Amino acid sequence: MAILEVQSLTKRFGGLAAVNDVAFSVEPGQIFTIIGPNGAGKSTLFKLIASFLRPTSGEVIFDGERITALAPHVAARKGVVRTFQETTIFKDMSVRDNVVIAHHLRSRASLPGFYFASAAARADEARFRDSAEEILDYLGLGHVKEETARNLPHGYLRALGMAIGLAAEPKVLLLDEPFAGMNQEETQQAVERVYGIRDRGVTVLLVEHDMAAVMQISDRIVVLNFGQKIAEGTPQEIQNDEAVIEAYLGREDEELGI
Amino acid sequence: MQGKPAISKTQLGIAALLVVYLVVLPWIFAGKPYFLGILTTASVLSVMSAGVWLTFYIGRINIGQGAFALVGGYAGALLMTDAGLSFWLALPLAGLVSAVVGILIGLPILRLRGVYFAMLTLSLTETARLTAQSLGWLTGGAKGVLNIPLPGAIEIFGLTLVPDFREVHTHLAFYFLAAVLLIATFAAMYRLVHSRIGWLFRSLQQNEELASSIGVNIAYLRVIAFAISSFLAGIGGAFFVAMQQSVYPNTFQVQDSIFFMLYCFLGGLGYVLGPIVGAFVLFLSFEMLQGFNQYQPLIYSLIMIGLMLFLPDGLLSLRREWAERRRRAAREAEA
Repeated sequence: MAILEVQSLTKRFGGLAAVNDVAFSVEPGQIFTIIGPNGAGKSTLFKLIASFLRPTSGEVIFDGERITALAPHVAARKGVVRTFQETTIFKDMSVRDNVVIAHHLRSRASLPGFYFASAAARADEARFRDSAEEILDYLGLGHVKEETARNLPHGYLRALGMAIGLAAEPKVLLLDEPFAGMNQEETQQAVERVYGIRDRGVTVLLVEHDMAAVMQISDRIVVLNFGQKIAEGTPQEIQNDEAVIEAYLGREDEELGI
Repeated sequence: MQGKPAISKTQLGIAALLVVYLVVLPWIFAGKPYFLGILTTASVLSVMSAGVWLTFYIGRINIGQGAFALVGGYAGALLMTDAGLSFWLALPLAGLVSAVVGILIGLPILRLRGVYFAMLTLSLTETARLTAQSLGWLTGGAKGVLNIPLPGAIEIFGLTLVPDFREVHTHLAFYFLAAVLLIATFAAMYRLVHSRIGWLFRSLQQNEELASSIGVNIAYLRVIAFAISSFLAGIGGAFFVAMQQSVYPNTFQVQDSIFFMLYCFLGGLGYVLGPIVGAFVLFLSFEMLQGFNQYQPLIYSLIMIGLMLFLPDGLLSLRREWAERRRRAAREAEA
């Protein structure tokens, strides 16, 4: 059974359909990528899936349950967690605290419990700290735990974003351009991290520009252009798809004889 | 290596400050009601500023504390006069009324950030004043509510826990009540900020989108912070009303709202105790400058501008600087 099903999702901003009747389904354990030229509606689609935007029509079904139009934090609690395109982190906290606080939605203690340091709250704190350590080590951030997040180099910031997402114990993790602005070596490390996340049993949904990385990493790819799905398939199929080549490179102009 | 001392320097410092605050100051000023009044006022202003500080802490500039103080003031006044309640019941109830109003107003406006939120809260105080003025049947309009009784005694089984304020040194009684409020408020705030709730508040301050992406109910936490802030304003408002035994539409004005914000800002937004330092230093210096007559606001404003320029992180950031200087000196002495 598909873990995530997108059913004829449409989002209009005024007259413009940023996402137009898009449908696909993601199997558990897949690395599933959404690609498309600039302005194709990838980010909008991402926000719709993570409930950061309400669709004009259509639905997102997660684990057999409709999650469209939930508040973002409720969708996150159900298991659909997103990371951000920009280096969105808690800049003035240490790397470790960034990940510790990201465990919040797994806390069993109530807010008053936390205030009075109840037994449940103390158990939570200890569990969060251990889990944060484990995640940071797992993603290769163990040696920068004590740093203030704002001082991290770019590649590490992206990794920290993933660690924050992972700390929320998602079933589906949405990664927004995890390879953007990286050199080849950093990209390779990031690719390894994404594999690592998948190996923990998390289904990964990606939006990405870096074609080489996408073709290497994806199990399945959906291509958007002007808000519409123009192709879906394995990396092999996508690379040979006429519509995709046309969307990216433009139509061969036969009249000019090129 | 030396072991960690049983009592740290900070704890000793706080103990010393408490002795000065609870014993030395009241003893020195017992015969000077004017000074006692200034210290009492500064204490309660600190409590009210603590609320503003908490809204700063979730990333909102709150210039509307005067409005909630006025709500609490009127609630307290009416509960003590029309409803005939004891001050000791009216005080927490006034805080609760303010908190409820804070929740109702906060729900819609806390969606806004930055200058938009600040401007809206700024207009709240004026709105509160005009409302108090026009609801004559309830608030007595411009005439206000007068003849509010002083706090009575609290007795349990014939044992007097708190004496009737009329029968004792009234100014001293208010001083100690304010001191208790201040200590209770800041102990509670300290715990709040150092618990996980404090971390959640900081996550809101730094990035609300990210916070909600990891499952933090940001709307709920924002309203909680604002309700606590309004509660403290209401408590402070009711306290002043009881001390002055009257309340008018202009008991708390836009200027007061701005001062609450400045106390927090100049005390240091990164420090729980910032509002105390800000309120005491600024309020006391304002009173002490009274001798300069018409130049008082000018000198006062220059002091404030100077503080903002040279200590943008507030007065308490001086401590950090001193500590650094000491460390540097120690290092040089070694070399």
